[in-house]
Amino acid sequence: MNQQTPQSRRVGLFVTCLVDLFRPSIGFASVKLLEDAGYTVDVPMAQTCCGQPAYNSGDREDTIAIARKTIETFEDYDYIVAPSGSCAGMLKKHYPALFKDGDWAERAKAFSAKVYELTSFLTDVAGVDHVDVVHPGSVTYHDSCSGLRELGIREQPRKLLKSVDGLEIKEMPESDVCCGFGGTFCVKYPDISNRIVEDKTDSIRQSGAKTLLAGDLGCLMNMAGKLQRQGSDVEVRHVAEVLAGMCDTPAIGRRKD
Amino acid sequence: MEIRSPAFKENARAALDDPQLRHALEHVKSGFIVKRAMAAEALPEFEKLRDSSKAIKDETLANLDKYLEAYETKVTESGGHVHWAESAADARDIILKICQSVGAKTVTKGKSMISEEIELNDFLEGNGVQPVETDLGEYIIQLRGEHPSHIIAPAVHLARSQVEADFRRVHTHLPVDRDLTEPVTLLSEARKVLRAKYFQADVGITGANFLVAETGTSVIVTNEGNGDLTQILPKVHIVLASIEKIVPTLSDLSQVLRVLARSATGQDMSVYTTLSTGPRRAGDPDGPEQYHVVLLDNGRSSMIGTEFQEMLRCIRCGACMNHCPVYHAVGGHTYGWVYPGPMGSVLTPSLIGVDKAGHLPNASTFCGRCEAVCPVRIPLPKMMRHWREREFSRRLNPATQRYGLKAWAFFARRPRLYRLATSIGIPVLSLFGGRGRFKSLPLAGGWTRHRDMPAPEGRTFMQEWKQREAQKQGARI
Amino acid sequence: MSGREAILNRLRVALREGKDDATREQAVQARIAAAPRGVVPMRGRLPDDDRVTLFCAMAQKVSATVERVGSSANVPGAVAAYLRQRNLPARVRMGADARLGAMPWNTEPSLEIDSGRAQDEDLAGVSHAIAGIAETGTVVLHSGQDNPTTVNFLPEHHLVVVRAKDIVGDLETVFDQVRQTFGKGHMPRTLNFITGPSRSADIEQTLLLGAHGPRALHVIMVDGD
Repeated sequence: MNQQTPQSRRVGLFVTCLVDLFRPSIGFASVKLLEDAGYTVDVPMAQTCCGQPAYNSGDREDTIAIARKTIETFEDYDYIVAPSGSCAGMLKKHYPALFKDGDWAERAKAFSAKVYELTSFLTDVAGVDHVDVVHPGSVTYHDSCSGLRELGIREQPRKLLKSVDGLEIKEMPESDVCCGFGGTFCVKYPDISNRIVEDKTDSIRQSGAKTLLAGDLGCLMNMAGKLQRQGSDVEVRHVAEVLAGMCDTPAIGRRKD
Repeated sequence: MEIRSPAFKENARAALDDPQLRHALEHVKSGFIVKRAMAAEALPEFEKLRDSSKAIKDETLANLDKYLEAYETKVTESGGHVHWAESAADARDIILKICQSVGAKTVTKGKSMISEEIELNDFLEGNGVQPVETDLGEYIIQLRGEHPSHIIAPAVHLARSQVEADFRRVHTHLPVDRDLTEPVTLLSEARKVLRAKYFQADVGITGANFLVAETGTSVIVTNEGNGDLTQILPKVHIVLASIEKIVPTLSDLSQVLRVLARSATGQDMSVYTTLSTGPRRAGDPDGPEQYHVVLLDNGRSSMIGTEFQEMLRCIRCGACMNHCPVYHAVGGHTYGWVYPGPMGSVLTPSLIGVDKAGHLPNASTFCGRCEAVCPVRIPLPKMMRHWREREFSRRLNPATQRYGLKAWAFFARRPRLYRLATSIGIPVLSLFGGRGRFKSLPLAGGWTRHRDMPAPEGRTFMQEWKQREAQKQGARI
Repeated sequence: MSGREAILNRLRVALREGKDDATREQAVQARIAAAPRGVVPMRGRLPDDDRVTLFCAMAQKVSATVERVGSSANVPGAVAAYLRQRNLPARVRMGADARLGAMPWNTEPSLEIDSGRAQDEDLAGVSHAIAGIAETGTVVLHSGQDNPTTVNFLPEHHLVVVRAKDIVGDLETVFDQVRQTFGKGHMPRTLNFITGPSRSADIEQTLLLGAHGPRALHVIMVDGD
């Protein structure tokens, strides 16, 4: 399963507020993937949110308070892993920018060096190059903006998906174009967001894939919600669910009949 | 230009409902994006040139006063005049005075976004001086009484058929039965009509892509040659440029020229890159007799030393808007003033105030494509966030949004309370999500207007995790 | 307080955080004097023949036509042939460039040559470039009696003579030459970098030639001399 067996490496899982509240199965899939790669996974109870909603609304004060709490909670782990490019990006790239100097600047810097998005952690740090999972069918992958442009995530999830038995990746045109979620953007400017997600669902349909995957639940809920409003039967899941072979749960926006 | 930025949402609604605009904006997506990518790919040194261009602009801004003074000295040495305009009104007055001093009746204009910013055309017309736009796109929208919707391709929002209709409406001296179905026929007609104007003009006004301190030179970059005919035929050449257009030397100019055309249109070099220095020399058979440079501030000097200083690196290539999903959805007019897209969202609040331009830095998903393609690496999303910070501290954002966020932050800062609230709220919400999703949800109208809302799975992850960990502990004992 | 003083003062105050005034002044003057080169692409840095070949290829890519002739003696014939092939009248506008003047125009006695600045009715203009840039297929011309700038823009057809030995690799080399010719800090009234014929894509993003400047740019490359 994995090339190296790291010695008791402790990962603090930053589960993200959306996963915590809306789709815990992504959290469990992440745990499985990390444990299979030979890591010990801890989920500190004191975590809540990475602070992006406050940060991107211009509320620096609350953002800094949340950041301090997050750093405190996680800084003693060997790695901090999140199943989300945007949350990992927030922790890795933006937390250090919040603290100009002094103690917190040091702590934020040390903390951010240990932060990773899930799939890139598996390939780039844990050295995982394949998963022993069967998933027949076609999938298409949406490159979430923060993961792609802040953290350079593009090949890593695809590398792991290619190792899944029976799975075929059908790339969509413009997979790297925004889906229109943008956190509070989709509720502040719903009509513009709608046009952007319409273009995205057109691309998804053009791929001909049965399943849509991505690494960010916000994007996934946005795209799933639109696909379902359009009456599409494309299934939407987080990439971790497929990689962990945990697709017995209903897809996003579906329930067991 | 009349400010319509406060009506951003209404403007967007109208734009989204306009099928012809949607069709026109497809060209922006497929054309400019592909061309820029190809040009960048074909030049191995492209990324290094971006870094170099950024460094040149930063050096210039860090000593902007000195470079402006050095530039002015050189312009004066070469027989030109430099005028300093603090405000839009000052610039208009200076230009009018120059026009009046030579009894100008007609003025030809090369493309200049600054002239839109200072609302020059209406002012000149009101004072008996007729401005004629010569850039084809600008000419077309001048006929329509419109403003540019893109800083490089001003008429990008129009269809060929609209241009034909306008030409027929205005060029009444031409035969009614002429065929204008092919774009080339429209081009030929514009060429003929404008050729006459070039010779009529008493004054020619151009913008400047760059000003060079080493030699007191103004640089324009065009594909049509209109900026050249505008400046070499009339008696007077006026250059209208904002203060941050300066670069120190011709060597620096070489750097930024290489990233400008590639980022804008995917060309290695525009057809005409023209360096103008002063009026005609003794013995020159052509060229203007007078050369004036009007340097405009209009709020830019106040940006120096602030968190918005980096915005002044902008070389007006348009790459950011070409790659922006919001611009693709709503087009340039939605932004309601001179500068659209990401650069407009950062610059406009600086120039007209964040109270009027408040929507612009908020209408972004922070996807980051703009920053990824900016030739001088301006961190556009970061600057939009700075504007949001200013709005937040000045309480300019809507109250409901503020309270909603404050409530969220209240819980997010208190893990125990958060756990308690979510362990009750989420299962309740999921109870109502019978089929796995909501078609409508109170307080979430913005979302459910256009999409279904996936329902939560049941309990929160933390509830489940806590229970499983407890069971594991129990099993171990 | 004048606009000038107001603007400069605001800048000085904002920038005072850095170094002191005298240090900044010195540094700025030094930088202008040194005019350091930045990143010069490898593309144009080729041996002579390859550089010329690249220039021709780049110029053709942007819809210029390129013709190579053995010596300057062939130029009048090439100009006359160009006009004949396009059914244009045997008449050109030309400046006082000595190199052009020294060519054997008497070998084309039916060719009429108008001198001085161009007029609207001129259909063809002949210029001699001071250089060509291989990096982009660009010809470089400047204002003055030798080549009035109007010759570059008014006629529909622009014929530009350039010597193969004047083809340089990049922009920076041209600017070095300009500094040499005119003196550091000095420029002619107009310096034109021309890359292909005039074009516009303003109507539905359709690329069309001949917007306001010449519809056709014909480069006559003189290999010999």
